[in-house]
Amino acid sequence: MSRLATRFSDLKKHHRKALIPFITAGDPHPDVTVGLMHDMVKAGADILELGVPFSDPMAEGPVIQLACERALKHNVSLRDVLGMVKTFRKTDAATPIVLMGYLNPVEVMGYRVFAKAAAEAGVDGVIVVDLPPEEGADLVVELKAHQLDMIFLLAPTSTPERMAMIGAMASGFVYYVSLKGVTGAASLDVQSVVDKVNQIRQNTKIPVGVGFGIRDADSARKISAVADAVIVGSAVVQRVADNAGDARKISASVCELLSSMRTAMDKV
Amino acid sequence: MPDERGHFGIYGGKFVAETLMQPLEDLRQAYEKVKHDKTFQAQFDHDLAHYVGRPSPLYHAERWSKQLGGAQIYLKREDLNHTGAHKINNTIGQGLLARYMGKTRIIAETGAGQHGVASATVAARFGMECVVYMGADDVQRQAPNVFRMKLLGATVVPVTSGSKTLKDALNEAMRDWVTNVDNTFYIIGTVAGPHPYPAMVRDFQAIIGREAKRQIMQQAGRLPDALVACVGGGSNAIGLFHDFLGDESVKLYGVEGGGDGVETGRHAAPLSAGKPGVLHGNRTYLMEDVNGQIIETHSISAGLDYPGVGPEHAWLKDCGRATYVAATDKEALAAFHEVTRTEGIIPALESSHALAYGAKLAKTMKPDQIIIINLSGRGDKDINTIARIEGITL
Ligand SMILES: Cc1ncc(COP(=O)(O)O)c(C=O)c1O
Repeated sequence: MSRLATRFSDLKKHHRKALIPFITAGDPHPDVTVGLMHDMVKAGADILELGVPFSDPMAEGPVIQLACERALKHNVSLRDVLGMVKTFRKTDAATPIVLMGYLNPVEVMGYRVFAKAAAEAGVDGVIVVDLPPEEGADLVVELKAHQLDMIFLLAPTSTPERMAMIGAMASGFVYYVSLKGVTGAASLDVQSVVDKVNQIRQNTKIPVGVGFGIRDADSARKISAVADAVIVGSAVVQRVADNAGDARKISASVCELLSSMRTAMDKV
Repeated sequence: MPDERGHFGIYGGKFVAETLMQPLEDLRQAYEKVKHDKTFQAQFDHDLAHYVGRPSPLYHAERWSKQLGGAQIYLKREDLNHTGAHKINNTIGQGLLARYMGKTRIIAETGAGQHGVASATVAARFGMECVVYMGADDVQRQAPNVFRMKLLGATVVPVTSGSKTLKDALNEAMRDWVTNVDNTFYIIGTVAGPHPYPAMVRDFQAIIGREAKRQIMQQAGRLPDALVACVGGGSNAIGLFHDFLGDESVKLYGVEGGGDGVETGRHAAPLSAGKPGVLHGNRTYLMEDVNGQIIETHSISAGLDYPGVGPEHAWLKDCGRATYVAATDKEALAAFHEVTRTEGIIPALESSHALAYGAKLAKTMKPDQIIIINLSGRGDKDINTIARIEGITL
């Protein structure tokens, strides 16, 4: 079984939901990332989502855009990100890692080369924001050949037909984008998320993660009541930005947020 | 072309986040409907004739042709359109479609400001809200157009992320669209973006080539030997080329922004010096580094300062039907002055790139041969840039 499947089935046994923090790899400095990943696991993260910096992050709000710019100041490349995963894996063989990024860096590396290198580094799943299933078949084939999961997005605008098609193609989990907007937007409508997640479950058996707009313990708790995983991006990255000068402060601030979310989620 | 899913060979397609997939499908379906709808097309033709002022003249630049001593140059006068460029052809079409789809808010990205002005113009006429995203650097260098947009009632949002030019304005417009997709119509200003935009914008701009063909047959009694147009995203070029694609005797030249020279790396010429990749919803030629990051472009002309290009051009390049070249900032400036002084026409800096290459090409041809150059816009918006280069304070 893949690391993602193992993790979700273990969590299910213990009636817990997955907490998935997102950070941009190399933000604010490449030296910070691996240590922060380990610290997030200690603070209660079940799966890690690692953003691959891109020059034109079309789906991101200002917080993650700036994180990309900070990482790109150090020329952090897709290869560098895979290197960080490899280092992380030396001391953590269990925590699943999902890369999230945009297609062009993967295109330049080549789908086959990327899939092989990602699997060797210890990556478990891949989210490519600007690669919908209609254009994604070739990459899915290469990822599957290396037992990597392709995680597709679903959105408030996805029709039942799209949910069924994507549910059939996705593996690992599906990522429900909880609002119409970019990452970091403020307006999360919990009831509409509940309705949509229930609809998604009628179309697929794999776990459903919910992200975009979850920023504190309260929103994490509400979403974890209905989803299998809670994904927290901009709220984490904002704490990285606020403490950018000091790696220890970054960790402390991020871990404080994650611990509060973990506690709130485990009460559900 | 393109196929059902918006592919021109390996190029084009629909590379966007899931949230926009269904809205793009709705747009595609709406566009397919109006494409065959007589009432819609009649309204489009009516607006082009009575509001834009079409057909735009095809003007034989006899004095300049003689001076160059080669082929006869005809200028397709898109600069004489209402608002001063070809951009209005497309915004009339998309504006009508927005109204047909019941949208109340229009957003647009703009580089030179011509597309922003053209979008603000249709929004004013239809009584719609209009927000235009423009790179902060471009807000500086195209100040007259920024003021025009404001006069027309649009909100101009300077974009300070990334390289602060057209590509970043496009990112920001996409972010707005994904957030306000229910009531908002995104008018993309060129033949780029996800399907159906490249095909739709081409169809709205194809009037340029249809007219030019009829006009040259009337004036010269035969097809031209070559067409020349500048290429930013590629809409004025595709607009001119489209009706001639089947006429194999007609050579097609697209002229990119050569900046300091393609060999210097400081340019905006992805077809001349880039590689295929994925940006802004489609696969096409891009200017990127070895890691797939999009790199900054350099062109004196804000409208050409874009690291990608419409996917149909990528396909026309690969299949050899069209040839893509670059004109440097210097060459464009020289052509700008030459045409202004010889023909009494002040061209846009974008169009000046086409003029520069057209002049070069003409000199290699015989006086009984014919070139049509697309004069995509007028140069009034560029006078501040020109003055600054010449050290003149206005
Ligand atoms: C006058 C003029 N010509 C050309 C362009 C380049 O766009 P395209 O290549 O889509 O025609 C612009 C864009 O702003 C423009 O204003």
